[in-house]
Amino acid sequence: MTPLLKVQNIAKFYGNRIGCRDVNFDLYPGEVMGIVGESGSGKSTLLNCLAGHLVPDDGAVLFDTRTDGLKDTVTMPEPERRMLGRTDWAFVHQHARDGLRMNISAGGNVGERLMAVGARHYGNIRSDAIDWLGRVEINETRIDDHPTAFSGGMQQRLQIARNLVTGPRLVFMDEPTGGLDVSVQARLLDLLRGLVREMGLSAVIVTHDLAVVRLLADRLMVMKDGHVVETGLTDQVLDDPQHAYTQLLVSSVLQV
Amino acid sequence: MTDYNFAYLDEQTKRMIRRAILKGLAIPGYQVPFASREMPMPYGWGTGGVQVSAATLTPDDTLKVIDQGADDTTNAVSIRKFFEVTAGVTTTENTTEASVIQTRHRIPEAELRDDQILVYQVPIPEPLRFLEPRETETRKMHALEEYGLMHVKLYEDISQHGAIATSYAYPVKVEGRYVMDPSPIPKFDNPKLEMSAIQLFGAGREQRIYALPPYTKVESLDFEDYPFEATKADHACDMCGAENSYLDEVIMDDQGSRMFVCSDTDFCAGRQQAGHLGALAAVNAEDAA
Ligand SMILES: Nc1ncnc2c1ncn2[C@@H]1O[C@H](COP(=O)(O)OP(=O)(O)O)[C@@H](O)[C@H]1O
Ligand SMILES: [Mg+2]
Repeated sequence: MTPLLKVQNIAKFYGNRIGCRDVNFDLYPGEVMGIVGESGSGKSTLLNCLAGHLVPDDGAVLFDTRTDGLKDTVTMPEPERRMLGRTDWAFVHQHARDGLRMNISAGGNVGERLMAVGARHYGNIRSDAIDWLGRVEINETRIDDHPTAFSGGMQQRLQIARNLVTGPRLVFMDEPTGGLDVSVQARLLDLLRGLVREMGLSAVIVTHDLAVVRLLADRLMVMKDGHVVETGLTDQVLDDPQHAYTQLLVSSVLQV
Repeated sequence: MTDYNFAYLDEQTKRMIRRAILKGLAIPGYQVPFASREMPMPYGWGTGGVQVSAATLTPDDTLKVIDQGADDTTNAVSIRKFFEVTAGVTTTENTTEASVIQTRHRIPEAELRDDQILVYQVPIPEPLRFLEPRETETRKMHALEEYGLMHVKLYEDISQHGAIATSYAYPVKVEGRYVMDPSPIPKFDNPKLEMSAIQLFGAGREQRIYALPPYTKVESLDFEDYPFEATKADHACDMCGAENSYLDEVIMDDQGSRMFVCSDTDFCAGRQQAGHLGALAAVNAEDAA
């Protein structure tokens, strides 16, 4: 089987500080890859390199494009990469306000990607928006409200709906539950797990919260100081960590 | 009069503006940056249109200036005087006699010909501005034809008002390529954007020029289930009886009685002279007498 995403030797530096380096992995369709590590370990840098938001200093990010098969997204022309960004890829930001248009209604936020790929029937766009609000447990009576009137958890659910409405083939998420209350986190996690299963999503999820990857990720990459120190199946890595840093990470969670 | 270079601007500047105009005509709907000059009038008074007119006028031209369809508003009168003094060109209020027409907020009712140039005063040239304030980003969106946001704006309109409420500056797509703001003309005028005359758009403060060559295809954006409609007040002109012209609503007295009158004063006067009379024309003539 062709991997959906093939990451080869990705490196990104900020001056002479390492953002991340020597990152290699394959992601297969339907797989969820979790990337964990403490703050500053390079998770976001890596994710942004994969999603085309940052240009890596070295390496290739091959994506299985619909027309040409595996293709390096780092070197492809910008129009093509931006096209991927609004069709086959989705990006869920940690802060919903970075991923939403705050001056546009919830329905408009969900409908934007549909319209970006050519949807021109208002009634259909609206019913798709209603459908997706329902799937992320937002009452359809809120469809014309602006996200500014939503709680943090609702905003994050709206951001997820807005991203998934076009059925992307690959979803990038950066700390999707970060910054939310614990009870709100649990509900969001449940919802995400349901969507991942139901849609068979392929995703790369960055988090410092091991509970998130335990629930969502098939495989795990542990990062420290910009390097990958351990990879493996999620249960394997969490239950039988090999690297000293992973052991520390796992045990520090268990202490809580 | 000879104290001024012809049409106020120096020849170098006019050449620079003409280059921008030619580029605009070569890429219909594309906003060409130009080095807007200080003009002896404030921004918002049509400095962009005035510079385009200045670069377009020749001594043989006949100029007409309209503001909201009228030749006699302060803005129109002062721009017309400006060119009478600085260029010494003939001016007219008659649409068919004019070779260059500078306008704010309207397209004349009379069908324009291929030997005429229509110059628009534009306040905000960027149709994406409302949704994306970053200039670097809007430029990229134009370059890559990422226009989904324009429909988000129309979607918001329908969801809030039950219909596309945008009635001025209604966005259009030019030759299937660039999305363009036609300046704050009423959407009633949008179908007229496909015309025989050359159309030039000048934004002074924003330093942009764009253009529509004759017979350019111009489509108003819409949804399949909410098609574009070139609406106007459902009324005939009370002065000349015209049923297909754009109307202004005029309050007549303290009792709030109203009348509808063509916003294009030249068109309305022409029809009245030809003997067409609206419902209140007689009343009005008596008042005047
Ligand atoms: N824009 C930037 N400029 C300079 N250094 C940065 C920048 N972004 C991140 N870094 C540095 O790169 C390293 C990795 O950061 P980041 O990818 O944000 O880690 P994480 O997401 O795991 O917290 C850190 O040392 C951080 O300080
Ligand atoms: Mg981070």
